[in-house]
Amino acid sequence: MQENSSADEGRAYWQATIRLTIGLLVIWFAVSFGAGILLRDVLDQWSLGGAPLGFWFAQQGAIYVFVVLIFFYCWAMRRIEKEHGVRA
Amino acid sequence: MLDPWTLFFVVTTFALYIGIAIWARAGSTDDFYVAGHDVHPTVNGMATAADWMSAASFLSMAGLIAFMGYGGSVYLMGWTGGYVLLALLLAPFLREFGKFTVPDFVGDRYYSTTARVIAVVCALFVSFTYIAGQMKGVGVAFSGFLGVPFEWGIIIGMVIVFFYAVLGGMKGVTYTQVAQYCVLIFAFTVPAIFMSLIITGNPVPQLGFIGEAQGEGISMLAKLNTVVTDLGFLEYTETNKSMIDVFCITAALMFGTAGLPHVIIRFFTVKSADAARVSAGWALIFIAILYTTAPAVGAFARINFIDTVNEATYIADDEDYDARSAEIEAAGGKPVPQWYKDWEPTGLVAFEDKNGDGVMQYRGPNAPDGIENEVSPNNDIFVLANPQIANLPGWVIGLVVAGGLAAALSTAAGLLMVISSAVSHDLCRRTLFKSMDDKTELRVARGAAAGAVFAAGLLGIFSNSLGFVAQVVAFAFGLAAASLFPVIFLGIFWKRMNKEGAIASMLTGLITTFGYIYWFKFVDTDPANWLFGVSPEGIGFVFMWLAAGVGVVTTLATKPPPKEILELVQKIRVPVS
Repeated sequence: MQENSSADEGRAYWQATIRLTIGLLVIWFAVSFGAGILLRDVLDQWSLGGAPLGFWFAQQGAIYVFVVLIFFYCWAMRRIEKEHGVRA
Repeated sequence: MLDPWTLFFVVTTFALYIGIAIWARAGSTDDFYVAGHDVHPTVNGMATAADWMSAASFLSMAGLIAFMGYGGSVYLMGWTGGYVLLALLLAPFLREFGKFTVPDFVGDRYYSTTARVIAVVCALFVSFTYIAGQMKGVGVAFSGFLGVPFEWGIIIGMVIVFFYAVLGGMKGVTYTQVAQYCVLIFAFTVPAIFMSLIITGNPVPQLGFIGEAQGEGISMLAKLNTVVTDLGFLEYTETNKSMIDVFCITAALMFGTAGLPHVIIRFFTVKSADAARVSAGWALIFIAILYTTAPAVGAFARINFIDTVNEATYIADDEDYDARSAEIEAAGGKPVPQWYKDWEPTGLVAFEDKNGDGVMQYRGPNAPDGIENEVSPNNDIFVLANPQIANLPGWVIGLVVAGGLAAALSTAAGLLMVISSAVSHDLCRRTLFKSMDDKTELRVARGAAAGAVFAAGLLGIFSNSLGFVAQVVAFAFGLAAASLFPVIFLGIFWKRMNKEGAIASMLTGLITTFGYIYWFKFVDTDPANWLFGVSPEGIGFVFMWLAAGVGVVTTLATKPPPKEILELVQKIRVPVS
């Protein structure tokens, strides 16, 4: 019985991790390949300060979002670990 | 042009690196390969940043962006976005696995010596390609600034790296990389702040980048666009690369970054999977400081270069510079700047007076006034000459040289660790002489590091006569993306992946990417024949999918991996408290 519940916890933990990872990768793709490359011409209609928005994402914005993504991931993983009793 | 400040900074920083090496001697293979699994996440983040940012990031990237404008974005996004993949998909799991090297993971996960050896070949190939460029950078810095012959420059660099890589192993490398990060980031940002102040009036380059050009009432980038199009260049915020090529190059650099062994092994040095995640975040912060400053430096440098050089009256070497420039100014003209004359002997800037008017015309391919271009600057000149262009004190130049050397040496050391551990640990201990004890392995590891330093130095010296370094950098990223990334990723996220699939996948990635790059770099250089219009720089991304596909199909056609492997993967995914 003990065995089973810990295996279930493990499965739930892994599923939560995968969901989080996919979500963050969607954002990763959207800010770099999306905003910086594929949709850049559309975004360039607007500008941030003196820079066309798509261009800004490609040379600055994407990098800032990457940093935030990784730290959010660290925080969310700690929460998931706690929730599922994986590690203290 | 031996400058006392340059000598001072180079000697001081080198003494510091050697001091650290002696302090951080490795006592065991654990120390040597992974610094005892005991490095603080922030410290490791900083070391990773120095490991990652090479001579190319420091010296060439801002210049490349200055020339390529929007096209330079592939490097900015590619070389930072890879850390997201690393943090989310690889680093914490590989740390949980808890061994020493990338081939270690491949060999154990795919229960196969063949897979291990193929991974060793990939790791060695990628690392040697990369290290040749670093050694060349060291040679160039020495010969350009300290008047030492190119070969001797490389030998001095080899001796320094030998000290801390062979003595200290990963432990020595880690702490010298921290020192090198501080040197290089200071050297990169100080000139950038001053340039931003001069051009935009804002001391923060990232804000100056989107700000207004000082006293002109239009944005800096709009001004730059007008200036370059007037001279017949493409608009700065545009590129002549196709969208699919920009997409593929960015992706190949990202996945390549995540698959590079010298980056991955840095995450073996921290305590836990959690520390590996945090560490990746810190690494990206430290990298982002340089990578968000670089596009600003690129844009400022382009403006400065055009402002000071274009339409300037040339002063020949046999004329008295001061007297002649006063004369030109008195006549209402613009004399060629002093920094230009200082750098002319290095060949990084060149002027050919095609129309014989004694004035330097800098033009693009579609110049509206039909004048032919007469000035050819090298990418590297922008970072190197910036302190002078911005009229900064002499010591800043010395600092930039020390920064460039720090960037090259820290990356070289990280690569040496991959090469030596691949030989001593994966080839000797795990494949050929399985009964080897820890003490012998440490000696072999030191020997392998020494041999690798020597080989890298030779490669650096050799590469100068061939000039092939820039050509083969595409190899490193393409191969890492197509050969190593799929097997590591599938090894973690797909339990069913087996030995046969892994071997087939690595071989497919290795052979197709190598073949494509070789073919279009050396045999048929016509872009019209590229597959789907993708350049050799971006092809690793295309073949990565092919390699993964071949791996999956082969796996499904053969029998599943043994039970222990399934348990191993489960353990990596779900750590038990």
